[in-house]
Amino acid sequence: MITAGVDAGNKFTKVVIIRDGEVISRDQLPSGFDRRQSAFKAFKRALSTAGLNEDDVQKVMATGAGRSEVDFAGGTVTEVGAAARGSIHVIPESRTVIDVGAEEGRALKMDETGKVLNFTISDKCAAGAGSFIEMMSQALEITPEEMGSLSLQAVQTVPMNAQCAVFAESEVISLIHSRVPKADIARSVFNAMAGRISSLVRRVGLNKELAMIGGMAKNPGFVRELEKDLDTKIFLTENPDFVSALGAALIAAEKIS
Amino acid sequence: MIANYGYKDGSGEFFISIDTAKCAQCEAKPCVEACPEKILVIFTDDYDDEVIGVKEEHRKKIKYSCGPCKPITEKRNLSCQKACPSGAIVHSW
Repeated sequence: MITAGVDAGNKFTKVVIIRDGEVISRDQLPSGFDRRQSAFKAFKRALSTAGLNEDDVQKVMATGAGRSEVDFAGGTVTEVGAAARGSIHVIPESRTVIDVGAEEGRALKMDETGKVLNFTISDKCAAGAGSFIEMMSQALEITPEEMGSLSLQAVQTVPMNAQCAVFAESEVISLIHSRVPKADIARSVFNAMAGRISSLVRRVGLNKELAMIGGMAKNPGFVRELEKDLDTKIFLTENPDFVSALGAALIAAEKIS
Repeated sequence: MIANYGYKDGSGEFFISIDTAKCAQCEAKPCVEACPEKILVIFTDDYDDEVIGVKEEHRKKIKYSCGPCKPITEKRNLSCQKACPSGAIVHSW
């Protein structure tokens, strides 16, 4: 059985195609202005990689902020439902999941089947999402990836008090002018963001089987600060930004069977 | 499932928590009509249960949307909680 999941995110649209529960193709494109077109292009590219036609896919499920715009999908599932289903598949021992993408951070607790028991989302404040890191890396004149590895060399954390991304940027600029090393500023930014995400995790209830997905899971600096803040090891997986699309594809397969 | 709708910012935590297991048992869902600001909506969740949630457009301003039911100088009058027969709705503030 071949099914597909489309995660129409705020910044990137991800597509995963699975055959009998195994990933056979994945692709992603910037979501851009026309999410429907981006989703369809990514879907076609993923099909091409797998050597498949549209007719070979028995069901497509869409998730993500733009899921309602994916009109070629046969159904939709919430970001939380897809994240839980995908996480339990790739990290079976996980029971609490942190998902930090470009514009949203969310935390959820689930049972051993991937059914969501408790969830909370933070999409009001940009200081809890990946876009915040992009802004801060621009201020530091480095890439977000460089910021992640650089923060691991920091020797101190400077407390950042601003709750808002705009004011936080002012704080970062002040630190630059105060000649605080870039590595220390990078760690301080991740520390501030980790504090916001940790509060979401504590709201749903922290347990030791904690996994992280979403694009920010690829940032070692942020993951380390989050582990320190929550005082626990975080399970990671390859391709963490595709986990929700995988979850949608798995749910599509379950809807058929 | 406990669904938390709302946000945390510099002024505090503002979440409405809905116990969807309790909510799904209630067919009438009188809370939706009881809310004077009409912030609640009925929808079918990922597990095919008919439950209530907070409308998308209110989630980022819930502190203000719920403000009329929480006057500072008078007694709070949470119509949604009063109308809910199963105690499925909790406000964090």
